[in-house]
Amino acid sequence: MCRIKERLIHGLFFLNGFFVVIILLGIFSLLVFTSIPAFKEINIIEFLFSAVWNPDAYVKHSYGILAMIVSTFMVTVGALVIAFPLGIATAAYLSDVAGQRTREIAKPVVEILAGIPSVVIGFLGIVMVGPLIAKIFHLHNGLNAVNGSVLLAVMALPTIISISEDALNSVPVSYEEASLALGATPWQTIVRVKIPAAVSGIIAACMLGMGRAIGETMTVLMATGCAPAMPESFLGPVRTMTSTIAIELGEVPYNTTHYYALFGVGLVLFIITFLVNMTADIVLHKHEKIVK
Amino acid sequence: MTVKMKTHITSRTQGVSNKIVDENKENIVKISVKDFNFYYEKSQALKNINLKIKENTVVGIIGPSGCGKSTFLRCFNRMNDMISGIKYEGAICIDGKNIFDKELDIVDLRRNIGMVFQKSNPFPKTIFENVAYGLRINGIRNKEYISEKVSRSLRNAALWDEVKDRLNQSAFSLSGGQQQRLCIARALAVEPEVLLLDEPASALDPIATAKVEELIHELKKKYTIIIVTHNMQQAARVSDYTAFFMMGELVEHDLTSKIFTKPSKKITEDYITGRFG
Repeated sequence: MCRIKERLIHGLFFLNGFFVVIILLGIFSLLVFTSIPAFKEINIIEFLFSAVWNPDAYVKHSYGILAMIVSTFMVTVGALVIAFPLGIATAAYLSDVAGQRTREIAKPVVEILAGIPSVVIGFLGIVMVGPLIAKIFHLHNGLNAVNGSVLLAVMALPTIISISEDALNSVPVSYEEASLALGATPWQTIVRVKIPAAVSGIIAACMLGMGRAIGETMTVLMATGCAPAMPESFLGPVRTMTSTIAIELGEVPYNTTHYYALFGVGLVLFIITFLVNMTADIVLHKHEKIVK
Repeated sequence: MTVKMKTHITSRTQGVSNKIVDENKENIVKISVKDFNFYYEKSQALKNINLKIKENTVVGIIGPSGCGKSTFLRCFNRMNDMISGIKYEGAICIDGKNIFDKELDIVDLRRNIGMVFQKSNPFPKTIFENVAYGLRINGIRNKEYISEKVSRSLRNAALWDEVKDRLNQSAFSLSGGQQQRLCIARALAVEPEVLLLDEPASALDPIATAKVEELIHELKKKYTIIIVTHNMQQAARVSDYTAFFMMGELVEHDLTSKIFTKPSKKITEDYITGRFG
């Protein structure tokens, strides 16, 4: 009797764990199988490397997603350029400089920042960051790549801060002691010993932050201007892969090439985020091995 | 002995005025600890310590676990400052200057006092960079000077022959004993005057231990050394003076030969002969 119960419980947990894998595979195959019809009509090379996305054209429909990929990367890279130094500095401050009390207050605040709905951040982008950018650079409006980058940086920060801080904290105290005992200042100890020792954890943190930024939709949809063309500069409007899907999928006629092509965009996005996250995971595990 | 004499003479002729001279012995007092108390939060870890340490000697600190040996050692370079809720009372003077003086720069103090820890703790860098670290943080950029200094420090730490062909490998590729000598080389590179050794050989095998002990004998010529050890034979082998600590108190401090042959207190004798501890 006991044995049967044991087996049942075992089976139940196995199913639960397996369920997650099934969902992942399900999503992946949905994307693959729904986008396959699109590639019957669109040349895959053209799809990836043409910058013209015009599915509603009278004469010739164009399905090139290069402009979107470039836009996505511009916004993401911009976000990282802002969030990377800021996040590491904050993590270093929290792990080494801040007193016990500051840390106890600041850590939950960082976590709350992660919980702000993306639509709220997008809203801030429209009413605050946008006008500010417009004022600084003398533009008509501030809905452009820079705006998206700033907002995504805010959204990626909590991930970067908390994982970098964990990495810094896992650096053995003995390194710090050795450095201080040699007469290094606390600043030198952080920059020359602790951050290099935690570097793989910090890189992983940034990649996870990047994964978050690439997949973000609502914020960029609201704040980047959404012009479906090759971006001209960081101060011009851009339209990312995520915004395109969000804007068009609701209105596209069912089972048309356009419909399938949007799934193709989703598949490309999925592959990119998957690669980023996997790289982060590998780097993180390598770091754990070194530290132990 | 000749080395001691030499140091003595040069120090005398230079006429170092702020150093306290003990008339009876040949060496100059390098460090003097006066009515020193140390507290963690509420508990008192060191009680009313008075001790004088002469230049170019090795002082061994022995005592049972938890007697405050390591705490005492970590007071000399104020390593205990990393812990919150500690309190000092009294003074530790190095070359006549109290290290707890508010105007003293703790970074300067630590540059002057090298420390080697119980567990070898090389940085996750190359062998070369480990030794060069102390120079680099001092703002030295001259490559020739740095590499010259690194090789000299490694020679002084008796490690050069073993690592000269692989200076660019990770410090972690070295054995435990080599890592510990690398840590000694790293401490020597910044030319401290005092070396603090916290059970430097406790994690090493007998051969590596012998090498480290031999090294301590050599280093005595240039440095004043304070070594905490759990191993009584080691204290007897390497130190000129031995201080016996118990329950945070300095029970006895004298020439090693005297402590190990005819200690003046019964409790010291009991500890040394292995009746407890």
